[in-house]
Amino acid sequence: MTVGAMQPAVATGALVIDALSAGYGDTQVLWDISMTVDPGEVVALIGSNGAGKSSLLGAVSGVVSTWGGSVRYGERALTGFEPDRIVRAGVLQVPQGRRLFGSLTVEENLRMGAYLRNDREVDADLERMLKLLPRLRERYGYLAGRLSGGEQQQVAIARALMARPQVLLIDEMSLGLAPVLVDQLVELLAQIHATGVSILIVEQDVQTALEVSSRAYVLETGRITLSGPSEQLLDDPQVKKAYLGV
Amino acid sequence: MTAAPAPAAGVALRISEVGMRFGGLWALSEVSFDVEHGSVLGLIGPNGSGKTTLMNVISGVYKPTTGSVTYEGRRIADVPTHAVCHLGIARTFQVVKPFASLTVRENVAVGAMYGRYGGKRSTRASFERAQELLEIVGLARVAERAASDLTIPDRKRLEVAKALALDPDVLLLDEVMAGLNATEVEEALELLRDVNRRGVTLIVVEHLMKAIVSISTTIVVLAEGKKIAQGAPSEVLASPQVIEAYLGSRWVKRQAALKEIEAQRADAVRVQPPEAHG
Repeated sequence: MTVGAMQPAVATGALVIDALSAGYGDTQVLWDISMTVDPGEVVALIGSNGAGKSSLLGAVSGVVSTWGGSVRYGERALTGFEPDRIVRAGVLQVPQGRRLFGSLTVEENLRMGAYLRNDREVDADLERMLKLLPRLRERYGYLAGRLSGGEQQQVAIARALMARPQVLLIDEMSLGLAPVLVDQLVELLAQIHATGVSILIVEQDVQTALEVSSRAYVLETGRITLSGPSEQLLDDPQVKKAYLGV
Repeated sequence: MTAAPAPAAGVALRISEVGMRFGGLWALSEVSFDVEHGSVLGLIGPNGSGKTTLMNVISGVYKPTTGSVTYEGRRIADVPTHAVCHLGIARTFQVVKPFASLTVRENVAVGAMYGRYGGKRSTRASFERAQELLEIVGLARVAERAASDLTIPDRKRLEVAKALALDPDVLLLDEVMAGLNATEVEEALELLRDVNRRGVTLIVVEHLMKAIVSISTTIVVLAEGKKIAQGAPSEVLASPQVIEAYLGSRWVKRQAALKEIEAQRADAVRVQPPEAHG
């Protein structure tokens, strides 16, 4: 894996979430969320199951309806946009559970990532992706549903990269993966980050999340309760007790 | 689990020379190990190393291409899944499979009704049994809810309750702790220890090393379909081969850091003046 193998899609602005509230039906799940991901920054969002982490990513991606507040990327307001317009704006989610097209091949899944593109560099980007992740070349013609969990997560991230995102939102990347495979994905994140893409990760593996990010936010029952440099949060007694089990 | 049987000594499950071929690919080859009655066997390995395939072989979903599985001396490789379950082997699924439109209690009652002692249980007794199990796993509070309404940790609990409703002697747990946070993992471990104390032998597939180390009596490591290590947790985790194939360098670094913290703590305790203890 080399940095040069990837086409840089440099984040040009900050992702700014301001006083965001959101919910499903009559049930509010997010209250007054304000957070920022600066250009080229890796930020982590941690919290318990049900705290609203995935809902927050959903609200940014346009798949969960926002009730108030705003989401901006650079100069553009994204609030209330359809998900495809948010993708076109450069903000893309790698969903929890990978959500691959299981009955399509690896190649087809990757091409689906470039669905909204109309430039002529899709094939070149495919080749770059296979250089970055040689395992996917070996699995190129396989049905995605037949791959192991680690391979599927690689496909999910590569599919997202095929859209040339500037901001990548990654939900539970390490879920169900062997430690050594999480190491590889951490390495991959570093490669992506090095190209200038901003990354917001949501992780149950809080240790990993805080190791790979520069700043982090703690979400509890729909509200941000703590934020700061990741290094500090790793040493925070409250975080240690609740999330690191030490 | 009502009358806790004293764990019988000896081998419950013997996996011998098991091989499983899918087309040109050997998902498992020559895997052998014994599972002692009343023990907790941790099964780890990279994704795609054959753990779930082995679970499927033991529970009768797949018939192994080579080798055999015996349960209390009886070959079960040719026994269909429901019969394996009736012999006393139950399992959970990595991707949980509740009956989404039934309530939580109904989901568990189905197991109690059609499982190992199902034929001898009335509908009413099955629902009572389901209620007992929901209390054990901590789901009594949502017994009347539709299974599809449950949160992720609760779905995992339901998966365990459904399997326990089958009255197993051996329970195969396929990643029941994935997606749980540190506190929830502790709760899940408490539950599994409790189940084990009631005499149920456990085979636990899990990627959370903290959990595996804390609960397993023996760990077996698979890589590319082969067994690469077996032994007590401390031996297995020190094996360079296991570190390379599974644990990775970050894990080793973390362990070293943890040891240092513990050593510092121990030093801090030692230098306390005697009156501090009074």
